[in-house]
Amino acid sequence: MTAGMTPIVKNTARLVSGFIAVFGIYIALTGHLSPGGGFAGGVILAAAAVLVVLAFGGQAARKIFTPAQCHLWDAAGAGLFLAVAALGYVSGGFFVNFIGRISTGQTFRLFSGGTILVSNLFILVKVSAGLAGAFLALSALRRMRGGGAALEGGGI
Amino acid sequence: MGIEYLVLLLLAVMLAAVVIAVETRDLLSSVIAIGAAGFALSVIFLLLGAPDLAITQVVVETVALVLLIRLIVTRRDTADETQTPRDALRTGLVMLAGGVLLCGAYFALSGTDGVIPPFGEPVLGHKPDDAIPPGVSADYLARSAEQTGAANAVMAVLLDYRAYDTLGEATIIFVAILGAYAVLRRSGRKKHGIEEADT
Repeated sequence: MTAGMTPIVKNTARLVSGFIAVFGIYIALTGHLSPGGGFAGGVILAAAAVLVVLAFGGQAARKIFTPAQCHLWDAAGAGLFLAVAALGYVSGGFFVNFIGRISTGQTFRLFSGGTILVSNLFILVKVSAGLAGAFLALSALRRMRGGGAALEGGGI
Repeated sequence: MGIEYLVLLLLAVMLAAVVIAVETRDLLSSVIAIGAAGFALSVIFLLLGAPDLAITQVVVETVALVLLIRLIVTRRDTADETQTPRDALRTGLVMLAGGVLLCGAYFALSGTDGVIPPFGEPVLGHKPDDAIPPGVSADYLARSAEQTGAANAVMAVLLDYRAYDTLGEATIIFVAILGAYAVLRRSGRKKHGIEEADT
């Protein structure tokens, strides 16, 4: 299991994972226009990462995204979302839509909704990096024969 | 009216799936039954007109199901402890008492002048011919596009009117993932593994 799954799964994952990732970003970026949003998009993006980890194994996936990168993006997304909230003080209070106060943009256009688009983007980064990092950490976990968990090179 | 019966049917499916998940001895069957309950819930969200929730439910359910199956398949085992009839009776009594309590609370609080509104009429909503002044939801629906510029009123509520709640949700996810890292961290795990190997 250390080298991932069969070539059929690997090739399918190569073909599909990019599309899944793009769809996740699309769901998040058009959250203010259609159903979806940052959380759902982030989980879809993380699902692409989960697919890569499952198909190619934890070791190969670490060459694409490392746990340290996941921690960094997770924390950065959370911090930037909080920064958007704090920037609301520019026009009066916490979580005030400070971009929307200047111009809400034209409804049904991509650049509308003020901070909603920006917040969705940061939630996407936060959720996807957090879930991908947690799954990567889980992939290093391998059960031993006698029960209990131990660290192994290959993991999943 | 038709939707209510569909929802009731799906609720019955969910109940059956959850009972199977609790009662079956095979962990893989249990996980799949939980997944069935989750997907039925997402269909209920869709029927009640909440596509945002339905999308999130489907996606989270799928990822959680993949994760759980991956963890189960590495160690195909069944639930260890055997349940004696006495234990089953005790569990059944507790669940029955909880159900009776919830039913009693629902019937006590619902009704014409109760706290709980009838099915399909949310607390914040209002009927046009109602004497009660409309809740904020009518205002959200009428003015969210003009005030925030977002076409999706749900997102306007989540990330503008009620963004505090979303911040709390984001904090919960952040802390949960932090806890997962703490449990799965390399150093603690290695030490634990050695101890397990020694004994």
